[in-house]
Amino acid sequence: MPADMLNFAAAYPEMILAAGAIALLMIGAFGGTQGNSDRAGWLAILALAATGVAVAMQTGTERAFNDAFISDNFARFVKLLVLSGSAVAILLSMDDLRRAKADRFEIPVLILLATVGMMMMISANDLLALYLGLELQSLALYVLAAARRDDVRSSEAGMKYFVLGALSSGMLLYGASLLYGFAGTTSFAGLATAAAAPNAAANLGLIVGLVFLLVGLAFKVSAVPFHMWTPDVYEGAPTPITAFFAAAPKLAAMALLARVLMDGFGGLFIQWQKIIIFLSIASMLLGAFAAIGQTNIKRLMAYSSIGHVGFALVGLAAGGEQGVQALLIYLAIYLVMTLGSFACILAMRRDGQPVEDISELSGLAQNNLPMAFILAMLLFSLAGVPPLAGFFGKFYVFAAAVKAELYGLAIIGVLASVVGAFYYLRIVKVMFFDEAKPRFTPAAPYVRLVMIAAGLFVVLYAVYPQPLVAAAETAAKSLQL
Amino acid sequence: MNISDAPILSLVTFLPIAGAIFIAFLSREALANIRYTALWTTLITFAVSLLIWINFDPATASFQFVEERAWLGPIKYKMGVDGISMLFVILTTFLMPLCILASWEAIEDRVKEYMIAFLVLEALMIGVFCALDLVLFYLFFEAGLIPMFLIIGVWGGPRRVYASFKFFLYTFLGSVLMLLAMMAMYWQAGTTDIPTLMTTKFPSDMQFWLWLAFFASFAVKMPMWPVHTWLPDAHVEAPTAGSVILAGILLKMGGYGFLRFSLPMFPEASATFAPMVFTLSVIAIVATSLIALVQQDMKKLIAYSSVAHMGFVTMGIFTFTQQGLDGAIFQMLSHGLISSALFLCVGVVYDRLHTREISAYGGLVERMPIYAVIFMVFTMGNVGLPGTSGFVGEFLTLLASFKVNTYVAVAATSGVIFSACYALYLYRRVVFGVLEKPSLKAMADVTPREIAILAPLVVLTILFGIYPAPILDVTAVSVKALVTSLEAAGHAAAAVAP
Repeated sequence: MPADMLNFAAAYPEMILAAGAIALLMIGAFGGTQGNSDRAGWLAILALAATGVAVAMQTGTERAFNDAFISDNFARFVKLLVLSGSAVAILLSMDDLRRAKADRFEIPVLILLATVGMMMMISANDLLALYLGLELQSLALYVLAAARRDDVRSSEAGMKYFVLGALSSGMLLYGASLLYGFAGTTSFAGLATAAAAPNAAANLGLIVGLVFLLVGLAFKVSAVPFHMWTPDVYEGAPTPITAFFAAAPKLAAMALLARVLMDGFGGLFIQWQKIIIFLSIASMLLGAFAAIGQTNIKRLMAYSSIGHVGFALVGLAAGGEQGVQALLIYLAIYLVMTLGSFACILAMRRDGQPVEDISELSGLAQNNLPMAFILAMLLFSLAGVPPLAGFFGKFYVFAAAVKAELYGLAIIGVLASVVGAFYYLRIVKVMFFDEAKPRFTPAAPYVRLVMIAAGLFVVLYAVYPQPLVAAAETAAKSLQL
Repeated sequence: MNISDAPILSLVTFLPIAGAIFIAFLSREALANIRYTALWTTLITFAVSLLIWINFDPATASFQFVEERAWLGPIKYKMGVDGISMLFVILTTFLMPLCILASWEAIEDRVKEYMIAFLVLEALMIGVFCALDLVLFYLFFEAGLIPMFLIIGVWGGPRRVYASFKFFLYTFLGSVLMLLAMMAMYWQAGTTDIPTLMTTKFPSDMQFWLWLAFFASFAVKMPMWPVHTWLPDAHVEAPTAGSVILAGILLKMGGYGFLRFSLPMFPEASATFAPMVFTLSVIAIVATSLIALVQQDMKKLIAYSSVAHMGFVTMGIFTFTQQGLDGAIFQMLSHGLISSALFLCVGVVYDRLHTREISAYGGLVERMPIYAVIFMVFTMGNVGLPGTSGFVGEFLTLLASFKVNTYVAVAATSGVIFSACYALYLYRRVVFGVLEKPSLKAMADVTPREIAILAPLVVLTILFGIYPAPILDVTAVSVKALVTSLEAAGHAAAAVAP
């Protein structure tokens, strides 16, 4: 392979991050134990920041490794989000894990490795690269879910995640092999040619392969009916790890889904659109209704994230530049809201012990108004009430759906968001209307910082919304629509 | 200085927010500071809004004090008022200081949060009437749910949780459908600019669906029968000032929505659906008046009477005539004064006895003569007695509907009689009779603060009843333009029809 086909420059950010992860592993293993996890955490954040700078410095569309890897505006937009999501997750985790005596240096390292995998996924332009990135990410996530190994629920979460994740990977791999068999290539460009052929819709192998691929990816984004692992894993994993799960990997998998469908299977749009519409409706409805009965706030957030995946998929189902732009705006705003909400959940500690029951928030407005206010704003934002940021996310996905004339999908979507509003309101009710419980232990400074930053973002986003929208528009243009 | 160049609408809209931010930094214990800050903020806002009225040019139907800034790509931050919306801005800023005064002693728990919620709510309500962009309008329209949800839920009565959830979910459900319709309008017309959309002609079948989606939102907000059931619950549980805002302003958003969106943007669909609206209006007028007659709770009675009065508004709007529309706007403003005042009157006795049961009162005139007089003025206004502002609106809407559809007018007129029944019946049971209940023996008459709240309302109720010109002059040109455009659309549709 000639050197210019390798084109390492396109993958510099990933290399920086991978090297950082390995270096951190060495420092952790040989650098002594004094102040171990905090140092590892900060160094990991440094590595993520350096990678972010490297991503931001790239321009144009670069292909590498014989077209298996692509770096374009779309990839950079999502990569920056994923990197910030990972960095914030590490920031949130440091204090919590120290208090739980689970502050091993491996955790930041695993988060870094998972992030490398996610960046590979986002930039994948070939089924093999897709699978490699996905597995690197998933393996790191399985271990992270079980990070608190002396805790039964955490181990159970890791085990469940692993078994179901392995199953989904198997399906995905089977789909990929079918596609290779029928299209004769693994590159997205080659698949696009095969999918654009006049009789592609009648090519059963191609269609079945596509379906298996979609099933595998639906597992990763936890779209209904492939969502079963989500509530258990979210509830069982240590809270900061759950925050990480809910944010970055979702974004990466959604970006991958968008790229493989748009770039690889643009010719079969009519076919996969039906599947995405089904996944979207099922996720929105199940997310909305199943969350109503939850009492554990982490479990509730799991169903909420399923619902949000459904809303994001509305953008994908709409297709076109509008749809992808909407998807990206939705994901960006979802990332901030999720991390902010989990910062609030991490601040739920009484007598030093974390509490997870929604009733523990009772009367929070009376003894910690700032936190109650921020969490209420985040929840209203998740519900999609204007003028908060979450409204703009929903606005763009539904606008794209209306433009694509998917009226049924849009109507079901907005109705699901009304049902969803009910369970978010229920938490607001507990915080504002109910009798006060004893105060929470003051939260760690970084947790508070993330909380305040996310709160300010959702409240003030309406003042200056244009930059994100414009960036998402630029990013969306680089997919072949 | 020419005031129309200054961003006066943004100033009026965001002044209360500035006050709210200021209060946020005050100590929780500094109750007097918090209350006075809130009061002065609302008073200054009212004063500034009066500048709008003074500088308003009633001779033109176009939007005035227009501001436009880049905001969200093709979606602009655009504000402006015409003859229809300007008075609602004034109504909002006028009622707000009264609400703050009414909460002066009634609210002792979490005063800081209460005042912040009210000031934010004021800003959002003013924004609704000033917004000249669909998305901006929706933003203000929906955002008001958050503070109102908290006001009902935190400071409300025993069933506040149920009432606040019902209020929020009902109105949210209605509005999300409107949001989808707005998106469809955007993709069709390529803009969300309201003045442009008012002259855009949408295809007939599209109008049909868009009209229904907007109707879903405005009918709930109005509220029209049969989607009115959230209102009695919300009114009963809300604190006095919350009820005032609900009745005085939030309900007017529905009527305003019909005038601003449904009629000018979907004239054909409006004509198609007019019979349905007439039917619902008449049912609202007759049925809810009868329901009001049997209520045991004072606030619930007034809430049902609100639904009935809003029936006159929708009836007047869908006559598509100058008189009907003038009457509807007048009725909305007059109802904003009278029903607010009635809720304040209930608040006065509630603060003393802490019950709203009608049967707990009787013979109040012996102890509270001034109160009895004030209450009577508003009762007469509610009945629509000539000489009060309540008469003008009802008369104009009935006159207009008589020309358009005699049966509707006849049925609606019976509602006037029923309203006399329930209003006078309420007055008799509360104020007259023998003062025999021991709990009432110690009732003191209205305090100077309460007089200060109620006196402006008494003056305006009678003033606009005798001399309605100040209001009708302002609305006349804008309404005329609306009627002309509706007639033009009607002729166009008739020309197309075979």
